[in-house]
Amino acid sequence: MNRQKLKKKLPQIVVNVVVILAIVLWFLPTLGLLITSFRPASDVAYSGWWTALSSPLKFTQYTIENYQSVLSSGGMLTAFRNSFIISIGGTVIPVFLAALSAFGLSKLNFKGRGFFYALIVMMLVVPSQMTFIPVLRLYNKLSLSGTFGGLWLVHTGYGLPFSIFMLHTFFQSLPDELFEAAHIDGASIWTTFLRLAIPLSVPALASLVIFQFLAVWNDLLVALIYLGGHQSVAPLTMRLSSLVGSHGQDWHLLTAAAFVSMAVPLIVFLSLQKYFVRGLMGGAVKG
Amino acid sequence: MRRKTGGLTPLLYVGPAVFFLLIYQVYPALQTIYLSFLDRRSETFVGLTNYKYVFTSPVMQTAFKNNLLWLIFFTAGTVGLGLLFAILVDRVRYESFAKSIIFMPMAISFVGAGVVWKFMYTYKPQGSEQIGLLNQILIIFGFEPKGWLLESPINTFALIIVGLWIWTGYCMVILSAAYKGIPKELVEAAAVDGANELQVFRHITLPELRPALTMVITTMLVNVLKIFDIIYVMTNGNFGTEVIANRMFKEMFQFANTGRASAIAVVLFLMIIPIMYANIRQKLREG
Repeated sequence: MNRQKLKKKLPQIVVNVVVILAIVLWFLPTLGLLITSFRPASDVAYSGWWTALSSPLKFTQYTIENYQSVLSSGGMLTAFRNSFIISIGGTVIPVFLAALSAFGLSKLNFKGRGFFYALIVMMLVVPSQMTFIPVLRLYNKLSLSGTFGGLWLVHTGYGLPFSIFMLHTFFQSLPDELFEAAHIDGASIWTTFLRLAIPLSVPALASLVIFQFLAVWNDLLVALIYLGGHQSVAPLTMRLSSLVGSHGQDWHLLTAAAFVSMAVPLIVFLSLQKYFVRGLMGGAVKG
Repeated sequence: MRRKTGGLTPLLYVGPAVFFLLIYQVYPALQTIYLSFLDRRSETFVGLTNYKYVFTSPVMQTAFKNNLLWLIFFTAGTVGLGLLFAILVDRVRYESFAKSIIFMPMAISFVGAGVVWKFMYTYKPQGSEQIGLLNQILIIFGFEPKGWLLESPINTFALIIVGLWIWTGYCMVILSAAYKGIPKELVEAAAVDGANELQVFRHITLPELRPALTMVITTMLVNVLKIFDIIYVMTNGNFGTEVIANRMFKEMFQFANTGRASAIAVVLFLMIIPIMYANIRQKLREG
């Protein structure tokens, strides 16, 4: 932007100071966690993590013992596997169903289309708290509480309104002529969906998949409600929060456990940041 | 023209999603409203007793008061800082790096963030070596260490800071995208007319960012009303930090009072409706 001409422009030095200060403030807490997770229990309990910074390259002060103990006896390994199982099912099912219905709502002409779309948009308003008790009762009756399947379906139910909304916005932007042409060429609706709509919407689908995957991976509340106390199916977030309760002062364990739970989201974020951001925006900004 | 289809075909596309919405949203929401008028075991009709509890009991008063604090300080903080960073990072060469760092907490779970900050706030009595960074800083400046999470009302603000750390990046990213979309000619023309930085901000930037600001403000307001994980992990609502969503969880599981839990959910729902309405209207306008 051509700001040279502006009078009383904010000095560049101030801009730099503020931005660098923000970077430091936002990065320090995570850095502290990371360093602590590699320090021996005795050091962690009696000295601050910043003392390791006085000679950061002295590798003898670091250990991977904390990770070994949370992964073996801390139950984090099982929880890690559970998080994967829950997140994959909790992503694939809603995204597939959302693609189907967003396609139907934007590219098929049928009676009640407007009504269905309005219904979906209305459901965006309903907080999940409004559904916990009745759904849990239903789950208890059907023995679905405490199961992966039950949790997949719940994440599907909760994730659908946003997913449909987002994909609908995207499908609307695809030219109808394209689909008409396919129709004239004799393609069935299913073929148009599979061969035309899906390939064209790969960027939108990728954003949605990453967004939903991280939302499910990071979810605590829904897991707490529908998994009850079953630690054998508990995801990382649940396991970590119960460690906070039982090992509240064992920071060498808590920091390692926290980092285990953060590893996958951080990798996804750092490698696929562009798609993640787009998913978060979800129709907030065009393009 | 969209393809006309008769019979059951559209139902194959839209049906599954609608089925999920009926089971996981529509039916439970209606059921929860009904349950809010029944007693703790959903056996007898108790009229507005549960609502009287929601609005008059001391714990709920605390929860409302805290949610109000969150509403004001979290929303002002995330949106204000997000706007500031969006404008400032545009003027530095390491923009994408700065954005990544500030946005990163968004990718990790609130539980993980809770552990990160619980560690930052760790308190050891004066005289012993501090392991929490914030208390160490207090000591360096000659103050006594503080039980950040134990003393009310400072603990609610300590929790709000965790929320700021997580969500400011989201506001920044959305606002930054909108900021870059402001036509350069507008600013140039203002500069030619002798406008200064502050005038440009007030008369060009702010009005141009209005749609994006509406989006992030409403999103943050809904977040605040539903805020749960941070409180659950860090204080579990003890020491005067209770919030609405955490109280509902307690009524549901700790006290097994379905009536009260449902009434809290309904009140939460009623508070969310107008905000979500504004949010969705904005999204539909953009989309």
